[in-house]
Amino acid sequence: MSKIDIAVVDYGMGNLRSVSQALEHVAPSKVVVVTSNPEDVASAERVVFPGQGAMPDCIRELDTRGLREAVLQAAQNKPFLGICIGLQMLFEHSEEGDAKGLGLFKGEVKRFAAKDMIDSHGEKLKVPHMGWNQVYQATSGQSQLHALWQGIESGERFYYVHSYYVKPADEGITSGYSEYPYRFTSAIAADNLFAVQFHPEKSANAGLQLLSNFVSWAP
Amino acid sequence: MGLAKRIIPCLDVTDGRVVKGVNFLELRDAGDPVEIAKRYDDQGADELTFLDITASSDNRGLILHIIEQVASQVFIPLTVGGGVREVEDVRRLLNAGADKVSINTTAVLNPQMVADAASRFGSQCIVVAIDAKKVENQPFEWEVFTHGGRKATGLDAVEWAKKMVGLGAGELLVTSMDRDGTKIGFNNPLNKAISDAVAVPIIASGGVGNLQHLVDGVKLGGADAVLAASIFHYGEYTVKQAKEYMAQHGIEVRL
Repeated sequence: MSKIDIAVVDYGMGNLRSVSQALEHVAPSKVVVVTSNPEDVASAERVVFPGQGAMPDCIRELDTRGLREAVLQAAQNKPFLGICIGLQMLFEHSEEGDAKGLGLFKGEVKRFAAKDMIDSHGEKLKVPHMGWNQVYQATSGQSQLHALWQGIESGERFYYVHSYYVKPADEGITSGYSEYPYRFTSAIAADNLFAVQFHPEKSANAGLQLLSNFVSWAP
Repeated sequence: MGLAKRIIPCLDVTDGRVVKGVNFLELRDAGDPVEIAKRYDDQGADELTFLDITASSDNRGLILHIIEQVASQVFIPLTVGGGVREVEDVRRLLNAGADKVSINTTAVLNPQMVADAASRFGSQCIVVAIDAKKVENQPFEWEVFTHGGRKATGLDAVEWAKKMVGLGAGELLVTSMDRDGTKIGFNNPLNKAISDAVAVPIIASGGVGNLQHLVDGVKLGGADAVLAASIFHYGEYTVKQAKEYMAQHGIEVRL
């Protein structure tokens, strides 16, 4: 079997083709595999952990396929990119279905409180938070700009679609944040791991730049 | 600064080709779907919607090829609607590369299908399209129509919107059948009534003739996104011009 450069973890929750296609687009010479085989996740050089749908279902399907250990291992020892629910699952607990997460990071996944949310014009804000919002790069806790933000301006817009957001216990892991209308963590960084709430695979050039940065990242 | 209002060009597809309608009678080939999608992407389109208007069910699968081609080269959200009848249709479109699937007539005929699709694939990818028309003979103002606006349903559009969101729709595409093709602007009271009634984002559709209509759609109609076809297809305006105009009028957009 040929070596896998990038494994996209598939636990049966929806379409991962857009993620793999975007990776293939920025790294045409790399072997990108969408896989539900824990051995592929273990052997791959890099791992992308996407997710859509409801977090309790995602966790259940992950376990059904025996992927939990492989994902936890990868998250601690190789370049690892979590996307959307793939970020949320890394935390201890989610308000969505009162679900237990993988617990790699201390903190909660919380729902946007739609009824309290008003924008600067007094209009009510919708949930899901859907569309292009600005991502500000955080430097607190990090001595310099993270490698995955190279070539991307702070305040660049990325595409989001979600109703829940992460609230890390340790603010030092926040590498990016957005406002809706309150500030929430939209990217975290810790050693070999980077995870984002937005969808880089659907965020036009800015998203492709981030994926390209991930493919060449040497943490 | 926060979430941007979205501009969504809509492309009609029939028999696997993107076409431009001239009064719905003459359909002209508008060119290569990937090139058109790329052009709108370059202009700064926030999403693209493909509407399958294929008459014969035999050829309806052809849109899958278009979506596959576009999704491999254009990295913004893609919505596909038209002829979506079963959960299996939703799955096929998502697998081809669609990010969201829009359900219209089937939502009326079989509302459970919306619930089933949302619970299987997540609300984030289920859009319910509501075609509404102003009516005089009902205890409500706007009625839901199906089959391209030909068939009355007896349903109050605002109540219907609430019901669809309750079943799991993550977004609503609201088209005013009175305005569609008129170029006199969106039906803002309709959009506003629905936008105020539900928590999910609303896409306004039907009636755009100039850039002020897009501004009004957001400011008066409470739309989270505006959809337009002809003003972009015929080169009257680029998506970039539309965004600049909206920005000048105090609307947050992705530039």
